[in-house]
Amino acid sequence: MDIRLDGIGHSYDDFEVMRDITLDIPSGQIVCIVGPSGCGKSTLLRFIGGLERPQIGRVLQVGDVPAGCLNPLTYIFQDFALLPWRSVSGNISLVLEDHGIRGEAAKAIIADVLDRTKLSDFARALPKQLSGGMKQRVAIARALAVNPAVMLMDEPLSALDAQTRELLMDDLVALWQRQPFTSVYVTHNLQEAVRLGHRIVVLSRRPGRIREVIEIDTPISERSWGDKVCQAKHDQLWKLMRDEARAADAELLHV
Amino acid sequence: MSDNPRTPDSKAVAFRGGGFAPKPRRWVGVLVFVLLIAIAEWGTRTGWISALTLPRPSDVLDTFRQLYESGLLFQHLAPSLSRLVVGAIIGVSIGISVGVLIGLFSYIRSGLVPLVAAIFPIPKIALLPLFVIWFGIGEGSKYALIAFGTFTPTVVATYGAVDNVDRTLIRMGQSFGLSWWSIVRKIVLPGAMPGILSGLRISLAIAIILLVAAEMLGAEYGIGAYILEAGSLYDLERLFAGVVILSLLGVIVSAIIGVIERQLLGWRT
Ligand SMILES: Nc1ncnc2c1ncn2[C@@H]1O[C@H](COP(=O)(O)OP(=O)(O)O)[C@@H](O)[C@H]1O
Ligand SMILES: [Mg+2]
Repeated sequence: MDIRLDGIGHSYDDFEVMRDITLDIPSGQIVCIVGPSGCGKSTLLRFIGGLERPQIGRVLQVGDVPAGCLNPLTYIFQDFALLPWRSVSGNISLVLEDHGIRGEAAKAIIADVLDRTKLSDFARALPKQLSGGMKQRVAIARALAVNPAVMLMDEPLSALDAQTRELLMDDLVALWQRQPFTSVYVTHNLQEAVRLGHRIVVLSRRPGRIREVIEIDTPISERSWGDKVCQAKHDQLWKLMRDEARAADAELLHV
Repeated sequence: MSDNPRTPDSKAVAFRGGGFAPKPRRWVGVLVFVLLIAIAEWGTRTGWISALTLPRPSDVLDTFRQLYESGLLFQHLAPSLSRLVVGAIIGVSIGISVGVLIGLFSYIRSGLVPLVAAIFPIPKIALLPLFVIWFGIGEGSKYALIAFGTFTPTVVATYGAVDNVDRTLIRMGQSFGLSWWSIVRKIVLPGAMPGILSGLRISLAIAIILLVAAEMLGAEYGIGAYILEAGSLYDLERLFAGVVILSLLGVIVSAIIGVIERQLLGWRT
């Protein structure tokens, strides 16, 4: 299943957030969206997942939802969005219960996703007992449990410290290698984008428009921080972003 | 800045943190009670407090014992407790339901919030005659008064608590395709529970106040009737015995809510 964004534009009252965004998200690829803060990345992701409606343009789902997929468009949030009153396994069963999956069937799925996110020992822990990195792994496990066709990730690593971010990045790479998933990955961190993205979409400052789409051909498994290609792409992205970020910053001061 | 630890005038940095974080100190509450009662006992015994000002605590205890031994205590307590329980359950359950609806629906909110604000400051006791006309002089009017009195604070606490439920959790529920009813049951209600329970403390204290008011009219048995009778005879020992029962009731209710809070809200950090 692919996602197609067709001429999306949106304003909040008189305040234009984005304009004319047309983009294809092909199955099996990770598309990273980068851009200065306030350029509408989170808003765009809400459009893609159907949590909000754009004023102009359409979000299209191309092709059939794969079999066994409970929730085709599944989010991973920056602030984890775990229910603090449910245990780790309770948070995962939450999203299965509404699909009528309970008892042994639910247990099997929960055990599998906890294993894939290395959380098996923490099934009964409450969120307050977990570190930030572990909370985000629970959120990833919860997303995997519904077998998504597309994962929508809004700065999933931004609330974490640098070391945890590295570790979780490796986990994401490993998960993708084990079973390639389609994803829209919003970030303002260019290194994350270069590490994970098959394609990196650079948005301009508000109103957000697509400035450039950069493709990286190196397979995700072969990328590393020191890598020449990655470094070159990173520098190219930074050059594009720098002026936008500076202008966006100055704009905020003038409000 | 110097490497020498014994620079001319070195002194410890003054401590200015701490405080603003009360911690439970178990026996202090009991101690305050004991102290106050001891002062009253000592004062009435030495004649420093006249018997007309305050009954002697030991006499009150004696009255209480007689009440217990004659079996009258339970004759008064049983109807009071059943009125309290029935009235409070009706008021609290309607209050929570209406509060959740106000918290979730724009029209219900706009329609009912002014109404609740208008009802809230009415002293419910003033409406007792009205309830007697509507529900009769029997138990009905007493249930109604207590239910009505617990309803308003519960509504206000509940919709405030629903407003404070983390919206990102609700968006999360929607993004996983949870049904409306699942979101209310599994996200909104548990998230609002802390606020609802602290509202319950207030509602139930009001319920006890109204219980007495309701029983002062047309009740043969009940703590309120007992107090009213003692008061009209200026029998201070019995009056105080009745008041002590109400206080104990308040303490017990508050303790029960404390237990529920510890059970249900263990997830809070
Ligand atoms: N619901 C809303 N109502 C009004 N303005 C909004 C709303 N959501 C976002 N905005 C504004 O739209 C702009 C883009 O927001 P957002 O998509 O969160 O940016 P980003 O995620 O790229 O930092 C911001 O300036 C923000 O203030
Ligand atoms: Mg954002």
